[in-house]
Amino acid sequence: MWIAVSSLAVMGATLGTLLGVASRYLHVEDDPLEQELLGILPGANCAQCGFVGCGQAAAALAKGEAAVTLCPPGGKSVAEKLAKKLGVTADLDAHEEKGPEYAEVIEDLCIGCTRCIRECTSDAIYGAPKQMHSILRDNCHGCSKCFKVCPTEAIKMCKVPVTMGEWHWPKPDDLPHAG
Amino acid sequence: MKLFPVRGGIHPDYRKDRTSELAIVALPLPKTLYLPLQQHIGAAAEPVVKAGDRVKKGQLLAQSGGVVSASVHAPTSGVISAIAELTAPHASGMPQPTILLEPDGHEEWAELPPGIPDPFSVDPNVIRARVAESGIVGMGGATFPSAVKLNLGSQHKLTTLLINGAECEPYLTCDDRVMREYAADVVDGARIMARALGTPKVVIGIEDNKPAAIKAITEAAQAYTDVEVISAPTQYPMGSERILVQLITGQETPAKKLTADLGVVVHNVATAKAVHEAVRFGRPLLARVVTVSGGAVAEPKNVLAPLGVMVSEIVAFCGGLKTPPKRIVNGGPMMGQPLPTLEVPVVKGMSGILALTAEETSEQPTQPCIRCGTCVTICPCGLVPVDMAAFIRKDHLDSAARIGVRDCVSCGSCSYVCPAHIPLVHYFNYAKGKLNALDREQRKTDHIGKLVESHNVRIEKQAAARKAAAAAAAAAAASANPENRAE
Repeated sequence: MWIAVSSLAVMGATLGTLLGVASRYLHVEDDPLEQELLGILPGANCAQCGFVGCGQAAAALAKGEAAVTLCPPGGKSVAEKLAKKLGVTADLDAHEEKGPEYAEVIEDLCIGCTRCIRECTSDAIYGAPKQMHSILRDNCHGCSKCFKVCPTEAIKMCKVPVTMGEWHWPKPDDLPHAG
Repeated sequence: MKLFPVRGGIHPDYRKDRTSELAIVALPLPKTLYLPLQQHIGAAAEPVVKAGDRVKKGQLLAQSGGVVSASVHAPTSGVISAIAELTAPHASGMPQPTILLEPDGHEEWAELPPGIPDPFSVDPNVIRARVAESGIVGMGGATFPSAVKLNLGSQHKLTTLLINGAECEPYLTCDDRVMREYAADVVDGARIMARALGTPKVVIGIEDNKPAAIKAITEAAQAYTDVEVISAPTQYPMGSERILVQLITGQETPAKKLTADLGVVVHNVATAKAVHEAVRFGRPLLARVVTVSGGAVAEPKNVLAPLGVMVSEIVAFCGGLKTPPKRIVNGGPMMGQPLPTLEVPVVKGMSGILALTAEETSEQPTQPCIRCGTCVTICPCGLVPVDMAAFIRKDHLDSAARIGVRDCVSCGSCSYVCPAHIPLVHYFNYAKGKLNALDREQRKTDHIGKLVESHNVRIEKQAAARKAAAAAAAAAAASANPENRAE
């Protein structure tokens, strides 16, 4: 019996040491706060905050280099969660809920310069040089990059309308008659 | 047939006696009919007529716009005066595209598809196609396109077609009257639907507070061995399809599943009548029976109304309003939705128009929850409304979803019994809508994510191709140069 006990003890000690060494030498430096912040962000990498993606935004937030209201698609709820996690008070008065948007080409103004097409990250714009461009609404996520580069202001940002099928009752507390 | 017990439920004051003994009366044709393109769940119908067109009764006005959609037909002959945006009979009060038809009073029929003399020998697909082209939707209020639901036999092993004649909502008597006055049509329509579904058996479930309807349907079904009529205990919400299925099978429909997974498909009695007319005579769905009731209505009635007539005209036909109503409700008082105004048209799913007085609505200020647990006892779905509402109030929608808010059928029993008058079902309707919106957002995000990924791959490939081309050009130039020098 003592053979079994001692062999298992030896195995345990050796493997334990191995694991300990591995965890020390193969350790990956990871900011836990950054990971948590990344979990709160939508993760769409839409770049509407000005950073390349949500990971970079989370890093900036963790360093305190970005405001908690940076994420337009996340809106108020994400801003509140970020503020809570970072222990800061978010100034939500200035923060406007924009709601989802999409871009649309004003056909009379488009000169077919293709600048917007090169800017679009989700291939939502199609067209050819000196031909009018168009935007596929289903593929547009309203990052407004095209809106910013258009030399003739031929792109407008529109609110995604709520359809009857998508409409739902507001939260009861928002109603005036609810106590 | 052995009936099984169902959980929870309530016994509200039914108030059906105001209209239950009144025969269905036809509404005279109004000056204009307003036919919304979306009277059903799914994609809106697409108009095939334009302003100025002369149409005949039963002619197709708008073609169904997808797999889950339903066509709209002309309820009478006349002229299309416009296709315009009009307030929908929907709680949101949003406008939606609507076809305006001015009747000429001739009631001239269009050429209808021929009736199917023996539907029990034709291919089930023929019946389904006919139901689809007739624009029939679930007329109990859910308005799901019936043809799609009649196709469930292709994916599920079905044993029973359950015809829902429970009509458990207070006030409403339209199904009761249809069963009494068109019993043979309902039974025939039900058997045709069973043929389309491939179910060997039809069960017609009627609450036992409608003895005359039970008698009429039993007599009409006597000749058929495959049809059974059951008298269901009167207990709200017996007419909820999942509850009715539980009553006859003893099984609960699992979350995220259909009753078809238990081998049962449920259709409403008025739908059965509409299927009978479409299959036997080729007539599309052009009118429906609407119960007009409530304390504010002068003369409550069961009205056979052409689709598209303004609610205000039906109310006027019922003697108008004797007192200003507190609420105008589309459907029953438990699950019905408020109408934004009386100037909205009657649509396929409108079973009732109720003008309720303040005493009837009995709205009370919300008080804090006393944790009495009554809502838990009566919830027919076995949920815990008190906890779900607490989560939703604090915006913890995912926690509410975890304890089953999506399995709530919105019957409103919890709101009805709550002694603190907490608008429980309102919380759940909000949460379900919001969760669906979040799901849609997530799907969009995923879709965009895929696009971005493929965009990046393409850009990389292009860059690599350019690099390769540049390298090839440089190599060509390098190999060409020595020759030049040699010359």
